[in-house]
Amino acid sequence: MPADALGRGVRRLGAGTINAVVRIGYAARFFVAILTHSPQSILRVGLTTREIYFAGVLSLVIILLSGLFVGMVLALQGFDVLEKYGAGDSLGVFVALSLVRELGPVVAGLLFASRAGSAITAEIGLMKTTDQLAAMEMMAVDPLSRIVAPRFWGGVISMPLLAALFSVMGVFGAYIVGVRLIGADSGTFWGNMRAGVGFWPDITNGIIKSCVFGVAVCLIAVFEGYTAKPTAEGVATATTRTVVIGSLAILALDFVLTVFMFRGMGAK
Amino acid sequence: MNRTTIDFWVGIFVLIGIGAVVFLALRVGNLTSLTTTPSYRLEAHFDNIGGLKLRAPVKAAGVAVGRVDRIQLDPRSYEAVVTMRIDNGYQFSKDTIASILTSGLLGEVYIGLAVGGDPQMLADGGQIGKTQSAVVLEKLISQFMFDKASSAPAPAGAAK
Repeated sequence: MPADALGRGVRRLGAGTINAVVRIGYAARFFVAILTHSPQSILRVGLTTREIYFAGVLSLVIILLSGLFVGMVLALQGFDVLEKYGAGDSLGVFVALSLVRELGPVVAGLLFASRAGSAITAEIGLMKTTDQLAAMEMMAVDPLSRIVAPRFWGGVISMPLLAALFSVMGVFGAYIVGVRLIGADSGTFWGNMRAGVGFWPDITNGIIKSCVFGVAVCLIAVFEGYTAKPTAEGVATATTRTVVIGSLAILALDFVLTVFMFRGMGAK
Repeated sequence: MNRTTIDFWVGIFVLIGIGAVVFLALRVGNLTSLTTTPSYRLEAHFDNIGGLKLRAPVKAAGVAVGRVDRIQLDPRSYEAVVTMRIDNGYQFSKDTIASILTSGLLGEVYIGLAVGGDPQMLADGGQIGKTQSAVVLEKLISQFMFDKASSAPAPAGAAK
């Protein structure tokens, strides 16, 4: 029956939509719960330090290398186009602005979501699958403040630092390619960069962006892990969802934040 | 892994992360030129500032000596009032001329200061009396066109 199949399709679509809205509401409640459980986890700094190690320090290699290569490619591509319009002197500004405003926070955020976010989800999901979270509750240890909040804060603290390092490595890579390889002038490279990049609008906005992305990715990661189905397949699905939803959230938030930050300033 | 080792690496991570932010602020951005050099204010009135923007450089003999701090419209005279911050190391005479210039055809707009011979120097909050407005390219072109148009028929009339 085509009509019956249509009805079933509509019903499934409706159920999916309602499910998604319910999950968003649950995630919001979960976020508030993490915040209220944070003071206890902040008092025990060692827990958060350990998570900064796993989320931040171990992501350093991929972040630094990616930043270097992104900066080098930016310099090559940018120089090619800018030179056509006789603006090869602006290479430093071009590279620094695109890194500090956009690529630093966004690409570092995407890498962070797939490198650290997925690990957080898998870890919490597996703890749930093996009933470790339930065991903690039995021992009157709150898993939210013992497991979830430290991972959340460890990621939130790591993310802006990683984004800043990404931007610095990118500028350094652009310097290597632009100045050492192509032969742009070192003085104009740094001079134009400093004249064109402002601390207040540009760099602070980039830092704000990376903080927002950090909160979004870490919330998604711990939430997906905590609500994962306690099966091997459930953990796998949750890990995939963290990467997919986290990346999409970063890109969508980036658009919204950019509209506010750079359009809102108007005539500057 | 040992607890102290983790703390050590996290400490290094946080330190180089903060170092990166400082590097961005000082080397990539221009935080230093804003805060560390002590400066004083000068004011100048212009008929038209063209494309002058906030934080545009103020140059004397091509050397950057300060930045544009504020741009306002005088509600009575309808002139643009430009406030500049000049580094304390530089003094300018009272008869200095400020003009709005452009570096190259499409380059940035800046204020050029031409120093006069007056022994008295401008103090903090002082006003530059003589100014030269921005050259608006459209006005220049239309002036040129109308000059051509009005002068072109003259030889034809003389020939009659």
